[in-house]
Amino acid sequence: MADPAAKPRRQFLTVRDVTKKFRIGANTVDALARVNLTISKGEFVCLIGASGCGKSTLLRIIAGFDQPTDGQVSLYEQPVSGPGSNRGMVFQDYALFPWMNVRENISFGPRQKGMTKQQVAKITDEYLHMVGLEKFADRFPHQLSGGMKQRVAIARVLANECELLLMDEPFGALDAITRESLQQELLEIWARTGVTIIFVTHSVEEAVLLADRVVVMTAGPGRIETDITIDLARPREVSAIDFNQVRRDITQRLTSHVVRRDLTTVV
Amino acid sequence: MSTVPSELPAAVSDAEGAAASSRQPWLTPRVRGLLLAIAFPLALVVLWHYLVVISGTRLVPTPYQVGVMMWDFIFGGVHDDAFSATIGTHLLASMQRVYGGFALAIVIGVPLGLLIGKVPLMRQMLDPTLSLLRPIPVTAWLPLSMIFFGLGPRSAVFLVFLGAFYPILLNTIFGVRSVDVRLFEAAAMLGCDGSRMFRQIVLPAAMPSIFNGLRLAHGFAWILIVVGEMTGVPTGLGSVIMDGRTLSRTDLVITGMIVIGVAGFITDRMILALNNRVLRWSPQHHG
Repeated sequence: MADPAAKPRRQFLTVRDVTKKFRIGANTVDALARVNLTISKGEFVCLIGASGCGKSTLLRIIAGFDQPTDGQVSLYEQPVSGPGSNRGMVFQDYALFPWMNVRENISFGPRQKGMTKQQVAKITDEYLHMVGLEKFADRFPHQLSGGMKQRVAIARVLANECELLLMDEPFGALDAITRESLQQELLEIWARTGVTIIFVTHSVEEAVLLADRVVVMTAGPGRIETDITIDLARPREVSAIDFNQVRRDITQRLTSHVVRRDLTTVV
Repeated sequence: MSTVPSELPAAVSDAEGAAASSRQPWLTPRVRGLLLAIAFPLALVVLWHYLVVISGTRLVPTPYQVGVMMWDFIFGGVHDDAFSATIGTHLLASMQRVYGGFALAIVIGVPLGLLIGKVPLMRQMLDPTLSLLRPIPVTAWLPLSMIFFGLGPRSAVFLVFLGAFYPILLNTIFGVRSVDVRLFEAAAMLGCDGSRMFRQIVLPAAMPSIFNGLRLAHGFAWILIVVGEMTGVPTGLGSVIMDGRTLSRTDLVITGMIVIGVAGFITDRMILALNNRVLRWSPQHHG
């Protein structure tokens, strides 16, 4: 990165013409219909939409857990064919390894790479500190609150040097106060590490608070409705007038579509 | 970021609180539990004694007669016959066969269960055959086992193995199949694959279910030792019971039964202690 102008900028993540069909019994369900999306390195993108709009499906395809029926996902112009350590998923219900304590969960990725014990310990300490869980390093997941579990899940993928953090409604199961503090912590981690984040949510407020870009998806079949750049200065204030204008605008796009869809179902 | 998380850990054991509130002034819960556990078998022994005395039967010995036989079986000096002070020989012989067959069932059942549970090809290939063989009672294998392994301890080990194998296998398969798929996905995205996945994820995740299988299988192993030692071995608790039957020495039969019960109980406690240690991450699986 000595002279970024000298090299042509490579695309970070491209989703090209991705479709996904599921077979349920004899029926085929279109979960995604030709989704195109480009994300630059370091961006914070929120995917938002009603249930069933395919936002989680898209996230799982980017993670490599599911294969697209058609189209392609590429990272640094290399096609994605399966899960890889450059992409880290943070699940809504944490998916921590319950038989490992906090330290072992966070060090799981580094341990797979054949590093020395000292290197693993150094990385683990760093990320334990980043999420403020040093005192809880020896606890098992069942001894942690939801917010603490999600901090471990974030630290676990960051310690694995992931460049793209995929978050599937990560704060959806948390109470409002914990959610707020985790949103702030996530923004701090993002600013500090420069990691790229794709964050699935169905809270408009959360999306506007966090994202550089809000990608609105609609259902039946799932596709991208609009892609809105959020120009609000950071740190953002939920009660500010301009914040509320953006929030109202996005909410309208979401609800108008839901109403339209209801009418067509009735007809 | 530097703030210490303010939420309290969700899972705090409330066992101590519950224990404190129900504490009697003169009995700790531990002593109370012990007394309750002893009271019931004690009542059964008293009932047994009076039933024998009142009915006047000569076929069933009183608890006292069994106690004398037990003393003789352990220390000798009462009857001074072929069974006096022989508990060590017989117990050791049975334990070798029980733990031999049990260990063999673990060594084969757990890896096979992991494979069948995780690899669809293995499941498709092996599951139908194993399901077909499973309903066959282990005792039905006795004649074949005697042909394969002759009249001797190896036949007993084989029967114990057969009896212990299926509970271990099925519980291991079930354990693997009921693991949250996302744990495999999480491991895969963190760079874990192949055989490392089996050792680091599949095996520990299936461990609660595997321990269930071990406890069940261990019980079956002791059940089958009596059958296994009917195949004409001169030593072992099963052969003691068979000899007692032939000689109409019911006190000997019951003595053998009690020794098996105690040995099985102690081993089960040891497996349980291991279970609680290995599964300390999952309090709901503690016994």
